[in-house]
Amino acid sequence: MGTQKSKASPPAGGRADTKKKLPEHFRDYRHVWVFMELERGQVHPVSFELLGEGRRLADQLGAQLAGVILGPPGDSTQHAVAEAFAYDADLVYLVEKPLLTDYRNEPFTKALTDLVNKYKPEILLLGATTLGRDLAGSVATTLLTGLTADCTGLDVDADGSLAATRPTFGGSLLCTIYTLNCRPQMATVRPRVMRMPQRSNKPIGRVIRHNLRMWEDEIVTKVVDFLSDGQSENANLAYADVVVAGGLGLGAAENLQLLKNLAHTIGGDYGCSRPLVQKGWLAADRQIGQTGKTIRPRLYIAAGISGAVQHRVGVEGADLIVAINTDPNAPIFDFANVGVVADAISFLPALTEVFIKRLAPRNHMRLVN
Amino acid sequence: MHIVVCIKQVPDSAQIRVHPVTNTIMRQGVPTIINPYDLFALEEALKVRDYHGGEVTVLTMGPPMAEDALRKALTYGADRAVLLTDRHFAGSDTLATSFALSQAIAQIGNSFGTPDIVFTGKQTIDGDTAQVGPGIAKRLNLVQLTYVAKIASIELSARTITVERRSEGGTQVLKSELPCLITMLEGTASIRRGSLEDALRAARSEIVKWNAAEAGIEDITKCGLRGSPTVVKRVFAPTPRAEKAAQIDTTEKTVRDVADELVTSIFTHQPALEHELSSTGSA
Repeated sequence: MGTQKSKASPPAGGRADTKKKLPEHFRDYRHVWVFMELERGQVHPVSFELLGEGRRLADQLGAQLAGVILGPPGDSTQHAVAEAFAYDADLVYLVEKPLLTDYRNEPFTKALTDLVNKYKPEILLLGATTLGRDLAGSVATTLLTGLTADCTGLDVDADGSLAATRPTFGGSLLCTIYTLNCRPQMATVRPRVMRMPQRSNKPIGRVIRHNLRMWEDEIVTKVVDFLSDGQSENANLAYADVVVAGGLGLGAAENLQLLKNLAHTIGGDYGCSRPLVQKGWLAADRQIGQTGKTIRPRLYIAAGISGAVQHRVGVEGADLIVAINTDPNAPIFDFANVGVVADAISFLPALTEVFIKRLAPRNHMRLVN
Repeated sequence: MHIVVCIKQVPDSAQIRVHPVTNTIMRQGVPTIINPYDLFALEEALKVRDYHGGEVTVLTMGPPMAEDALRKALTYGADRAVLLTDRHFAGSDTLATSFALSQAIAQIGNSFGTPDIVFTGKQTIDGDTAQVGPGIAKRLNLVQLTYVAKIASIELSARTITVERRSEGGTQVLKSELPCLITMLEGTASIRRGSLEDALRAARSEIVKWNAAEAGIEDITKCGLRGSPTVVKRVFAPTPRAEKAAQIDTTEKTVRDVADELVTSIFTHQPALEHELSSTGSA
C-alpha cells in the first residue's frame, strides 16, 4: 500500500476550493448531538462510543454535547437519560411517547427532524446500525443536508467544519468528506469503530423535553411482532475481548473447526474475512471488515488472512493483532503487532495445544501449591 | 401492479487495484457488474410480479454504458428499462442521486403507471452508504421498509404489505401499506437464470433513455455536484503502522516451539490476558 497521507491524490470533485461562508441562516446551528439508540430498553453501546467522540468534537468547537433520546415513557428511557450524562453529555433532548416504543421510521424521523429544526445542532452523529442508517437517511433527506456513512475518523478542521473520513472504493482507499453550506453536518459510525469512553458518575443535568405532535393512527407502519435473535451464538462478535478469524489460508471449510477450537480454548469468539462469506463457509454476520463487523478486542488472531485494507479497517482497533500467514509479504504483517510465517492449518492446532497447557494447568498448579 | 427496481452499475470490486505510486484507483479495464445487492431486489420484484401480475421497470442513473446493466436486467425478466443519463448528474452525492431518481420514478409513474413498490438493494458495493433508498422514499413520500429479509404477504385489494425486517438483535414483522419503498437484504432468493425468450427480448428491446429534462427535472441545480451538500476533499491511502509485525523466528523449530514462543509473546504484550484467559477460557 501507499506510504504517507501527504501523498494523497489530488482532491476529487470540482468544488473542493469553493468552500464559501456558511449562509446566514445556518450560523446559529451550534453544538454536537449524538442520537442515543434504544433497543428494547437497552442503550446500544455505539451510542456511548459516539458520546466519547462527540465530547472530543464539542470540546474542539467550544460547544456543548447533547444526547438525543427518543423512547416510550418509563424506566428504560429514564435510564438512558442517566447514561447520557454518565458518558459526559452536557444536556439531553428527550421525546417520550408510547408510539416510540419500537423503532419505526415515521415517528422517529419526525421526532428527530423536529428537534433539529427547533434546536439547530451543528453536528449530528448516529450509529451505523440498521436503525441508525434507516433513520439517518430519512432525516438527512428531509433536512436536505449532507450525510456521511460509516465514518472511521471524525475531526474538526481549522474553520470549524466537520471532516468525516471513511473508506471508499470497497475499502481500498480513505476519503475525507465535508458538508458545505448545509447544517447539521451528519455522520454515521459503525459500532466499535470508536473507542468506548470511560463512564463517570456525573449526575443527571439539564433535560429538554419535546412534545411530539404525532398520533398512532397517523402512522402507517405497525410492528406486528418481534422475533428476537435471543442469546444467539453470534451476537457478541463485535464486542468480544478475544477474537480469532480465518481467511482463505484455511484451505477448506472443515478447517474452520481448528479456528473454533482455538476460540473455545481461550474463551473468544470467531469470525472470518470476506472471501469465506462469499464462498459460503460462514454466515455474513461472521464477517470482519469494513462491510462486515468492526471489532476492538484486546487480542485478535488472524489465521490465513492476507489483510486487505477493507479487513484492516475492521480490526485496527484491536489492542494486540497476531497474524499467521504463509506469505511473509502479506499485507497483514504491515499492521499486525506479532507475526508468524506459518501454515494456519498446521499451526492452529499447535497453538491451541499450547494455550491449553499454559492456561489450564496453571490454575491447577495454583491450587496444588 | 407496477414495480420499479433501482439498480446501479458498479465496478467489480474484486478487480479494483490501487496504483502503488499515485494512490489512485486504476479503473481502466475493470469489468462492471450490476451491484450484487440490487439483484436480490430485482429477484424479489420479479417474484412479486409473477405472483400478483403486473410489470417490472428497472431504472438506473449513470453514464451511457450503464445501458449494459439494464439490458442484463431485462434478460432476467424485467419488462422495461429506463436509463437516466445526463452530464448534469456527474458528481452527485446521495442526496442529489435520490433527487434525480425520485424525479425519474415520478416520470415513470406518469408514463407507465404509478408504482406500487419501489425496490433497491440494501446498499451498493462501491459507495456502501445505504442512503439512496431512504432518500427516494422520503422524497416520494413512500413508506420506507429497509433491510427487508422477506415479504411475508401482499394484499392487493387492501393495499397492505407485511414484511420481515432485519433489525438490531432480531427481526421486526411490519405491516404497512402500498405504495412503499423496500430495500432488500442480501441472502434472500438469488437472481433467476433468465429464459431464452427474455434474452432475445432483451437484445431487441428499446431502452428508454431520459436526460434531466425528459425525466421531468426542472431545477438542475439540485443535481450533480451543485445539488450535493457533501464534497470529497481528499482521497488517500491508509497510513501504515509505524512498525511491521515482530516476526517469531521459525527457522529450525518445531511448530509446537513456535506456538509456545507466540503465546509467550502474547502474554508479554498483554500480561493481564494470561490471568483472564485462564479464568474465563474453557480449557
